[in-house]
Amino acid sequence: MKALNFLLRTRGRQSLHWTDVISYAYLMVGLFVMFAPVLWLVASSFKTESAIGQFPPTFLPYTQKTVVVAGHEKPLPLYKATLEDGSQRELAQVNRIGIMANMVDPANPQDTVRVNIRQRVPVNELKFAWGNYTDLFGKFTFGVYLWNSVFITVVATVLTLLFNSMAAFALSKYRFKGQKTVFLLIIATLMIPPTIILVPVFLVINEVGLLNNLWGVILPALATPTGVFLLRQYMLTIPDELIEAARMDHASEWRIYWRIVLPLSAPALAVLAIFSVMWRWNDFLLPLIVLSQSEHFTLQLALNSFQGELNTQWNYLLAMTVITLLPVTLVFAFLQRYITTGIASAGVK
Amino acid sequence: MSTLELHSIQKSFDNVTVIHGIDLEVKKGEFVVFVGPSGCGKSTLLRMIAGLDEPTAGDLRIDGQRVNEIGAADRGCAMVFQSYALYPHMSVFDNMAFGLENARVPRPEIERKVQEAASMLQLDKLLQRKPTQLSGGQRQRVAIGRAIVRNPKIFLFDEPLSNLDAELRVSMRGELRELHQRLAATMIYVTHDQVEAMTMADKIVVLRAGRIEQVGTPQALYDTPDNVFVAGFIGSPRMNFVPAVTAQQDSALCAAMPSSATQIGVRPEHWLPSSAGEGMAITVLGSEYLGAQRLVLGRLGDGTRVEMLMEGAAQPVAGALIHMTPQPQRWHAFDSAGQRIIRG
Repeated sequence: MKALNFLLRTRGRQSLHWTDVISYAYLMVGLFVMFAPVLWLVASSFKTESAIGQFPPTFLPYTQKTVVVAGHEKPLPLYKATLEDGSQRELAQVNRIGIMANMVDPANPQDTVRVNIRQRVPVNELKFAWGNYTDLFGKFTFGVYLWNSVFITVVATVLTLLFNSMAAFALSKYRFKGQKTVFLLIIATLMIPPTIILVPVFLVINEVGLLNNLWGVILPALATPTGVFLLRQYMLTIPDELIEAARMDHASEWRIYWRIVLPLSAPALAVLAIFSVMWRWNDFLLPLIVLSQSEHFTLQLALNSFQGELNTQWNYLLAMTVITLLPVTLVFAFLQRYITTGIASAGVK
Repeated sequence: MSTLELHSIQKSFDNVTVIHGIDLEVKKGEFVVFVGPSGCGKSTLLRMIAGLDEPTAGDLRIDGQRVNEIGAADRGCAMVFQSYALYPHMSVFDNMAFGLENARVPRPEIERKVQEAASMLQLDKLLQRKPTQLSGGQRQRVAIGRAIVRNPKIFLFDEPLSNLDAELRVSMRGELRELHQRLAATMIYVTHDQVEAMTMADKIVVLRAGRIEQVGTPQALYDTPDNVFVAGFIGSPRMNFVPAVTAQQDSALCAAMPSSATQIGVRPEHWLPSSAGEGMAITVLGSEYLGAQRLVLGRLGDGTRVEMLMEGAAQPVAGALIHMTPQPQRWHAFDSAGQRIIRG
């Protein structure tokens, strides 16, 4: 109820103010532009291969009804045919020669009727092709791709949080010579687009022998300037007195970091975790150059390789795309409040 | 219980010297208060004793042993911070146990010590709460408890009462005194509030601009301040300072005044009425009713403002001319350098 009231808020008390009309129209357009393709994708992922190729396209996954007719091994497709006398009947098609189709009445399989193909319309029913999804797990070593993606995302996120927070702790809580310089250097790397250093990165990975190794994808992007900056800005708000108190409490520097600073930076860590999951899960370029053998592919690479030069199995591709979208969507849906609070407090991006 | 000695301690930040060589001795079990206006270096001095800042020069000795090179953790001091610095994500119990855990004290002993400190400070029922769920006074107690459990050689307090309201401050003052007696520990307490210093200290150290102005018991500072600064800082309401030239109109004062005196200091509570022509002539400007007494504001002939605490119900009328003289032996004479002249 509260959510509904929130969604239906207006500026005008009684009737709609003109700004209400404009804002709602604007929001509707935005909703449509951003959400319609996703909805279409999800709906289409439940279509059979033939339904995807159908013209005109339908939004919901319709498939042609089939019936089992005595004397025929396979189920026959059902049509609504207009006969020469003008009457309409539901007939199953046995075969088709040229523009004429041989059809039978499922109830009466003996007599065959010849119908012009223009005179018949397929009988459709709403049917979800779950096979698109269930087949994936049996086919194409999909499980391996999923595991690769999950492994890279989880391990890289954990390591990113660990290393970035250690750097941020040092930069925010220790006074040392060159502190500002180091910080500026880290921030300066934000100005270098990743595509520019792609070739050198590839050469380095090749030299250390991490090509076709998942660690070759995880390690190069562990230290992110955005993460260090975000965490440092947050850690600056932790009072120095807490750290001094811990120091008087006989805590080692590692314990101060682990028991005091890390738990208190939880909101900023959550934000970075979300970012890291999104970056890693959606990452395409780095895995593309590092992983060339298909048993090391991530989901994104597998998606790409599905799009064959001659033949694309759209139904599987779409189902796989939906699965690829899910984790990031879930992470975002459940943790988005941390993003807003985290960004507000860290003042970045 | 330990002794503390400072030998010509100096501290500079980027060529700015904030502590100019301090010598001080704190005896076993003494309650010493550092008092002074803000920026006088009292907190810096405390942080150096704690080991959070390093002295630029000088010797710091605890129990006779030089500790300059020893880190904060190993000096055996415990500090109560102005902001309490409680770990907000830990319960009261964990806050108090953290130091013991770091020192690898066995778990049963940690629990016993924390329970003991908690019951001493009436925190027994709050052990599972988080600091944010506590009132200011309770947080203060947790901060003290965190210091107690480690059984430190020296307790350090950095303006611990400044975040409390007036009423709580008075009651915490008493509790801290009581705690000092019970633990019989050496305590060093920093404040800018001279009332706190007067009521709590065994020994007060008055600091100004990185130098010690005077060290002594509260009564010694009140009765025999070394200089104008201490005389003006200790005591409330403040001491009145009258130029010697003006004070000479008081015949009794004139006879007793040392020749080198440039100023006379009289506390508001040390005035006596005198007959016309003998004391100083003061024009009454107004008065404040304080209950048992009345604080009368007046102006001397040369324009110097003076305050007098008077007993009795008689209310001086504003604009009236009254004659007052300082109680013999209770006034002080200061020379041109601001030092008190010791009268024979």
